[in-house]
Amino acid sequence: MGQQTTKNTTGHVWDDDLQELTNPLPRWWLWTFYLTVIFSVIYWIMYPAWPIGKSYTKGVEGVNTIKYTARTVDGKEVQKETHWNMRSKLMAETNEAEARQKQWFDKVAATPYEDVAKDAELMQFVNSAGKTLFSDNCAPCHMSGGQGKVTFSPNLTDDSWIFGGTYEKIHQTLTGGRTGFMPPFKDMLKEEQITQLANYVLSLSGEKVDTAAAAAGAELFKNPGVGCFVCHGPDAKGNQDMGSANLTDKIWLWANVPAQQDAAGKVEEVKKVITGGLSRGVMPAWGGRLKPEQIKLLTVYVHDSLGGGK
Amino acid sequence: MATESEVHLYQKRIPIFVRSVEGKFRSFKTGILVLAYTVFFALPWVQWNRASSADQAILFDLMSKRFYIFDLVVYPQDIFWLSMLLFIAATLLFFVTGLVGRAWCGYFCFQTLWTDMFMLIEHMIQGERPARMRLYKQPWNVEKILKVGSSHFFMLLVSFWTGITFAAYFAYAPQLLHDFFTGQAADAAYITVITLTITTYVAGGIAREQICNYICPYSRFQSVMYEQDTLAVSYDTRRGEGTAGRALPKEGLRAREERQAKGHGDCIDCGFCVQVCPTGIDIRNGLQYQCISCGLCIDACNNIMDSVGFPRGLIRYDSERNLKSETPTRPHLEWKRLKVLGYAVALLLMIGALTYNIGTRSDAEVRVEKIRQPLFVKLADGSVRNRYQVHIVNKTELEETYKVEVRGIPASALDLGAVTTIRVRAGKDLLLNAKVDLPEETAEHTHEFEFMVTPNSAPKEPIVRKVGFIGGEGK
Repeated sequence: MGQQTTKNTTGHVWDDDLQELTNPLPRWWLWTFYLTVIFSVIYWIMYPAWPIGKSYTKGVEGVNTIKYTARTVDGKEVQKETHWNMRSKLMAETNEAEARQKQWFDKVAATPYEDVAKDAELMQFVNSAGKTLFSDNCAPCHMSGGQGKVTFSPNLTDDSWIFGGTYEKIHQTLTGGRTGFMPPFKDMLKEEQITQLANYVLSLSGEKVDTAAAAAGAELFKNPGVGCFVCHGPDAKGNQDMGSANLTDKIWLWANVPAQQDAAGKVEEVKKVITGGLSRGVMPAWGGRLKPEQIKLLTVYVHDSLGGGK
Repeated sequence: MATESEVHLYQKRIPIFVRSVEGKFRSFKTGILVLAYTVFFALPWVQWNRASSADQAILFDLMSKRFYIFDLVVYPQDIFWLSMLLFIAATLLFFVTGLVGRAWCGYFCFQTLWTDMFMLIEHMIQGERPARMRLYKQPWNVEKILKVGSSHFFMLLVSFWTGITFAAYFAYAPQLLHDFFTGQAADAAYITVITLTITTYVAGGIAREQICNYICPYSRFQSVMYEQDTLAVSYDTRRGEGTAGRALPKEGLRAREERQAKGHGDCIDCGFCVQVCPTGIDIRNGLQYQCISCGLCIDACNNIMDSVGFPRGLIRYDSERNLKSETPTRPHLEWKRLKVLGYAVALLLMIGALTYNIGTRSDAEVRVEKIRQPLFVKLADGSVRNRYQVHIVNKTELEETYKVEVRGIPASALDLGAVTTIRVRAGKDLLLNAKVDLPEETAEHTHEFEFMVTPNSAPKEPIVRKVGFIGGEGK
């Protein structure tokens, strides 16, 4: 190599010894270059290429068109046809993926709840599709894992259900929505009575309470003039048909008892609910917003994937 | 020195007419050519009994994302085997090149193999080098059209079969062949075969050494791997040129003694080494980037040395250091070098790691992931629930059912929901919901336990995965 490099150079020298060779390029290399030029001409004739004013060269009709189905804001399906671009390509591929996904949605829709839950493969689809639907629609209130938030939204992963945890009840809740209500007792009861009731309610869940106050609270609970038992039942286990809470279990939704360390704090939390009542707890109706097969899938997701179903 | 006016920017390819030669390097190359062609062209036709796919020994099934290599099934998650394989290939290349130069280029590279094959076709149809040169110079007539045409026809035929064979690694070969000629094969098959036919024909039949000289990067970075001790195909300048240069064996210059007395070296300037070179270079100009290190010039020179009665090895594998040395020794592999040993160690380690990895691959993969949203659930009766996702991959070629149990906590604590049969199809996976409920008192003391997943066909080999349990509010 050494002998040749001293020969054909341009004669220019940089940095003492850096020289430029004049070795000829192979002739075919030049032809390859011309070919790329020809290719680019063909390319811009076939595909969108040059901007002209507010328009552009559209390319050859049919070579680069993509058809896809788009959905408008109000849910109408519109057939679209446009030139190739990343967005239309994505839309077309999304259509294909939706068609593939539809087979599974249809299968879930056509299968009874219990049989979906038995089928490990269908449940795998419920897990993944349900997670997406849940994240898009339910997670803002119930949190991404369905764990809810005390004082705001019920935990869907535990085994306590205000309006019922069977497939049918969950489906009903999803479709029609729910509204939780409890009247305020601040005008009807004295502060002391409310304290007594709070002690009783806490005692039902096995919390350490002032037993004397709890006993008095028990009397108030059964008192027709106060009327707690009308909704919560004489055994305080609630009534799922009307959405009154089971007060005997260890799960709290509106009173943030778990966050309180001392007995006084817990009593305060329960008192807040009894005093002010509840007009929160609105679960919107999804019947019109989600498709029937989506609601069906979400029902199974809540019942079995989140795992609290009964 | 070239003047400015003589400088041309482009040049036509200078045709190379390779003379055939016999010798140990030629035999070695032919042996490798036969072996490589046999393996490449025959392998897709080897049948192999397979439960889950076509009965083909080597099948890269892109549709189902599985590679079948005899009894080994490679899944997408085994992709790191490929990176290990690439590491081994690269290290092997560095290791070998440091020792004996571009052995890959000269003997194993497919560009070399197919070029060699196509030169053989030319040789068989058009004759030896002088005949081919004559044919090249003569005007186009029937003889030239027939000979050149038929050589290119056969080259195209080999190229086409190369393309078919390549495609046959990706589809069941007999079916592919049938579909291909009846127009029913997949678009990808036609595109692959046409592309490979064209590229093989162009690269091996037309471009030949230009691929090595202008396109392949390896010839350019070889210089990094060559060392003073690397054995390379070299011309012994001192012996060949003497003090008065090479000389033809004319009258008075025939015997070695006569030549040495007049200062001439052993090179009789017959030009054989240039004529047999597939890249058309003169090895006597020293180490050049065009040299693919095929050793054919060694064969050519040795044959000439034998015929004139001089010792062999005027062109030989030798190191730069030895050639320069005042006291040259017999050429030998200089392997006791840090770089060579380092590559050898890296090579052995990675081959060991890959072999171990493939050897200990399992029939099923199990991952148990604790659901962390929420970390735990307090139930109505105060007991604590943790939820898990059990991911089972069935890597066998048969459908399998599994048993999922727990160890370290009561068996009844595990709840798999309504799922009755945990069935995973061949090569597929399954994600399973699992709930574990523990009473308040037990939950507080439980920090971890184990999942046991047992394939029902191999009940004695449970796959055990340890998982954590969170029992309450940090108590």
